[in-house]
Amino acid sequence: MSKHHVTTTINGEPMEFLCEAQQTMLDVLRDELHLTGSKEGCGSGDCGACTVILDGKLVCSCLMLGVEAEGKKVITVEGIANGDTLHPVQQKFLEHAALQCGFCTPGFIVAAKALLDENKNPTEEETRYWLAGNLCRCTGYDKIIRAVLDAAAVMRGEASA
Amino acid sequence: MPRVSYTAPATVDEAVKALASAGGLTKVLSGGTDLLVQLKSGRVKPDLIVDMKKIPGLIGIREEGGFFVIGASTPGVMISANEKLEHAFPGIVEGVDLIGSTQIQGRASIAGNLCNGSPAADSVPPVIAARGIAVVAGPGGKREVPVEKIVTGPGRTSLAKGEFVVEFRLPKPKPRQAGAYLRFIPRTEMDIAVVGVAVDVTLDAGGTCTDARVVLGAVAPTQLVVEEAAKALIGHKLDADTLAKLDAAAQHACKPITDKRGTIEYRTKIAGVLARRAAAIAFERAAARA
Amino acid sequence: MSYLDKATLKVVGTRPIRPDGVDKVTGRANFGADMVMPGMLWGRIKRSPHAHARILGIDTAKAAALPGVKAVITRADFPDVPPDRAHIGTAPHNLRDLSRNCMAGGKVLYEGHAVAAVAATSPAIADEALDLIEVKYEVLPYVMDVEAAMADGAPVLHDDIFTAGVEPKPTKPSNVAKMVRFAKGDVEAGFKEADLIVERRYTTQPVHQGYIEPHACLVSVGADGQTTIFSSSQGQFMVRSYTARICGGEIADIRAIPAEIGGGFGGKTIIYLEPLAYMLSKKSGRPVKMVMSREEVFRATGPTSGAVVEVKIGAKKDGHITAAQSILKYQAGAFPGSPVQQGCICGMAVYDFPNSLTVGYDVLSNRPKVAAYRAPGAPIGSFGVESCIDELAHALKIDPLKMREINGAKDGGKSTHGVTWNNIGYQKTLEAARAHEHLKTKLGPNQGRGIASGYWHNAGGESSASCHVNEDGSITVTEGHPDIGGSRASMAMMVAEVLGVPYENVRPVVGDTTAIGFSASTGGSRVTFAGGMAVTQAAQKIVEELKKRAAVIWDISPEAVEWKDGKAHPAGPNAGSFEPLDLPAIAAKSGRTGGPISAEVQINAQGQGPGFTTHICDVEVDRETGHVKILRYTAIQDVGRAIHPSYVEGQMQGGVTQGIGWALSEEYIYDKDGRLENPGFLDYRMPVASDLPMIDTVMVEVPNPRHPFGARGVGEVPLVPPMAAVANAIFDATGIRLRDLPMSPPKLRAAFDAEQPKLAAE
Repeated sequence: MSKHHVTTTINGEPMEFLCEAQQTMLDVLRDELHLTGSKEGCGSGDCGACTVILDGKLVCSCLMLGVEAEGKKVITVEGIANGDTLHPVQQKFLEHAALQCGFCTPGFIVAAKALLDENKNPTEEETRYWLAGNLCRCTGYDKIIRAVLDAAAVMRGEASA
Repeated sequence: MPRVSYTAPATVDEAVKALASAGGLTKVLSGGTDLLVQLKSGRVKPDLIVDMKKIPGLIGIREEGGFFVIGASTPGVMISANEKLEHAFPGIVEGVDLIGSTQIQGRASIAGNLCNGSPAADSVPPVIAARGIAVVAGPGGKREVPVEKIVTGPGRTSLAKGEFVVEFRLPKPKPRQAGAYLRFIPRTEMDIAVVGVAVDVTLDAGGTCTDARVVLGAVAPTQLVVEEAAKALIGHKLDADTLAKLDAAAQHACKPITDKRGTIEYRTKIAGVLARRAAAIAFERAAARA
Repeated sequence: MSYLDKATLKVVGTRPIRPDGVDKVTGRANFGADMVMPGMLWGRIKRSPHAHARILGIDTAKAAALPGVKAVITRADFPDVPPDRAHIGTAPHNLRDLSRNCMAGGKVLYEGHAVAAVAATSPAIADEALDLIEVKYEVLPYVMDVEAAMADGAPVLHDDIFTAGVEPKPTKPSNVAKMVRFAKGDVEAGFKEADLIVERRYTTQPVHQGYIEPHACLVSVGADGQTTIFSSSQGQFMVRSYTARICGGEIADIRAIPAEIGGGFGGKTIIYLEPLAYMLSKKSGRPVKMVMSREEVFRATGPTSGAVVEVKIGAKKDGHITAAQSILKYQAGAFPGSPVQQGCICGMAVYDFPNSLTVGYDVLSNRPKVAAYRAPGAPIGSFGVESCIDELAHALKIDPLKMREINGAKDGGKSTHGVTWNNIGYQKTLEAARAHEHLKTKLGPNQGRGIASGYWHNAGGESSASCHVNEDGSITVTEGHPDIGGSRASMAMMVAEVLGVPYENVRPVVGDTTAIGFSASTGGSRVTFAGGMAVTQAAQKIVEELKKRAAVIWDISPEAVEWKDGKAHPAGPNAGSFEPLDLPAIAAKSGRTGGPISAEVQINAQGQGPGFTTHICDVEVDRETGHVKILRYTAIQDVGRAIHPSYVEGQMQGGVTQGIGWALSEEYIYDKDGRLENPGFLDYRMPVASDLPMIDTVMVEVPNPRHPFGARGVGEVPLVPPMAAVANAIFDATGIRLRDLPMSPPKLRAAFDAEQPKLAAE
């Protein structure tokens, strides 16, 4: 079976890859492009560990075929920091100890960044419901929510970075 | 995942040809949030996947005369973000919004939710309650089908080979018409509906119901349009007696199964509970409109 | 040097950023599935569709012939592990059983049991190859329910298992692998003295650890047996020795590298994939990567036991308990080894019962072999005891907290399992609960509050550590414990404290099996205790060596040197007036003062302090739907000394959340053919962010003097009380006692309908 040639943009960089039709975007990111930051926790869209931003929308990369990336813009966890300057969400995750094993963290970072891009002042409840598609088994979510709300305050200029 | 072929037609005609001429099992790809799960689990082993998202009009929302038209593959986030749509059809928007997570919302579409044929689909009861129409394209051209006639059983639709849903036409609400959708799930998010109830009502100036549709999800092989429940509302205000009759009618119509998500007894009781609660919201919304 | 006085500490007790943190928030950290090797193949496993069946034959010819397939294996490729080779070192697992769990031989014992595996050049080809493997089964009757498995006439899983712990030794094989018994005093006499006796039966379903990262490994076996294993596990030494024993390899030939691990909770203290990947690599001559799907994780890796727990407690009117008895029946799954013994011990250990008896049964059934899950056995036992204590308290009209103050474990008291308590913090957790503002807040309609307590022994054991002064005076400390919750930060903190240097100057490394001495697995809440003890001792040895080097530089006696605030000082004016020497200064001269400055320590840590905790939970119940909302939760725990308070809080919050899921929504659901119906995160329902409020934590510090910094293990005891705390809160809100987990909405609604038919109909 011949492979598809896909041209796309990932983390602002033009990229090309070959893939079989049944390979998911997550398979492509991890196995073809060696961007292993996005994780497979379930393969069925229930855990959010594979979360990426596709043309500005938060999606599970395990629920998207690699071929569907043609002509699209994808942002993965590897594209959230600006060089060696962490995004406020990343910085606050570290300060609040919002990660223990760290496996779900990439998905949360991408999802939280998307939340704050859309809503500069989310309430605790809005934050929890936005992140309901990201499973964490280690933290009980408490410190994650605190980190996101703190990052939002930083981005609004109301708290120190 | 098993190997499969993929094509992304650029027009409706190309899509119809691709579906009609394929040998073996062919699956339509809309948002992919059901199909890819089924591919991964091996539940479905198609030979060909036809991706509809490149066809103009399949993604988008527009007004056309007395209708709102939603492209079949329009993702949930676009639907929820459309303020006019939300104002006109709060029940549909809340049903769509309940499908999965924020990430699922980035892709999931009403057509996919409908044609997957799950009795528990969250967007379907409120679309039916709003008297939505599916526009189907196929080898014989386009035809319009009331949405409640699309699903014929779990995982099965009335679409013929070569047919697919292009868009949904929703008749704009009358003054003092509004809908609501509630579902019961064990957690607060991320579960498939154990029971879903959509209620759409039209009220007169005094608050008496002049028209109604009550649609149950997840309690029968397909969504149920419950005439008895509508009759309990029409001609009445939402008083205690009406609520009790509505509850009883909803319970009476249920034909649920016992599965890993709920028992017959439980689903039946909750159908009554949610019918009451959804009706209260629909009445309140309708009354608030001039 | 004692570090028990918190006031003198500069680093321990602060909250620095973890050293592996930036890698983890940027996606750079490498977990088990993230590595690749040149020439790598993909491995996949063929699994049984039957809960119990004899394997009549396996035909792999077509699979082997598929282009792209480089190796196929079955049980025939594995050596037997005879009973006398079933244990290795002090490791707790029976490797004969584990071998047959990794790859079925003769019989499949649960749906999902591995029967064959392939390695191919792509995942798609490997999947196709699996479909080409033909397995002939003779389906056998199966048994799932624990009491059904104990009954006469139940299908017996193993014909060579006879109930241990029973006299005279039985001659008929049984599904009851073991019986355990602990007793104190005379329960019959004790019950006679009671004014009130409450006797109840509780049931729980199997629940999975639920780690978000599926098992994954990459194994490369050379033609001479030199092997590299890169895998996610709770113990790289365990991976090495278990793989060697199961595959007939040599321990010394294997380098097991610990990947970052995406959650374990006990479930990764054994292996499933590495032996298969090893054999496939050996046969194909190429590295083999194997990653489980989520479905495989649920079908084939250990959940913890489902169980039946019968509790009987008697007390006098004034609240003093006179006797307590519990009978625990735990599912072990397909091979022996449920944590029933811990369930017996820990449920009882919270209280000083004058008379008590606890009996446990380890029962086989056609389910995956259970694996450790955070305080294994204890949450189940405590669900029974803490619920029953609550019933007793209410019946006697005594406040549940007071009931625990009266009967709770105290220094000098003796537990049911024979330990005399010394320096425990249980009563302090009750004091803190009583003083907590949570108890003062008012509740509204349909809201209720529940209290429950818990105990876990924690563990000590074998750990190694090495500490090196680098050429620039920075410090590298290598230890052997995979970091599942932020422990490597704590290691660096303890070393920095001992050396008197900033935390940033110390780099902790989790070494592979060639880089550090033997270290027992990360588990049992032992790493901060035992690993911490080892790194502290290594750092102390470094300090002694640094003093010696300063003495050489100053040409004075080493006794005349003291180490303070990260520098060598002359000890008093008589020693001479020298400028203090810091680490960079001493390191710069190390070549001339004796060579590299390093220290290695190997210990078998003793004196671990047990952990006690008390939880307070508020719920709100929707009477029509049976939905339970957690309004507020406070966890109060004796942590000894919080080395890094954020990570201690994190352990508490994480354990509470797993407990809430166990209480309300998690369970394995099987169909009538013994097949798992919910092998995914959709229908195996773990709490999501919107299900929970913030979780308040109170860290009570009663230092354990056996640890240099006073630390106790903290990671496991948080999972022990939540199910009872939630159940007791539901009772307070509704008057209904639920005794069967999970307390899902249909159960609650049915209980309402049964008890108050009039109210339900409204």
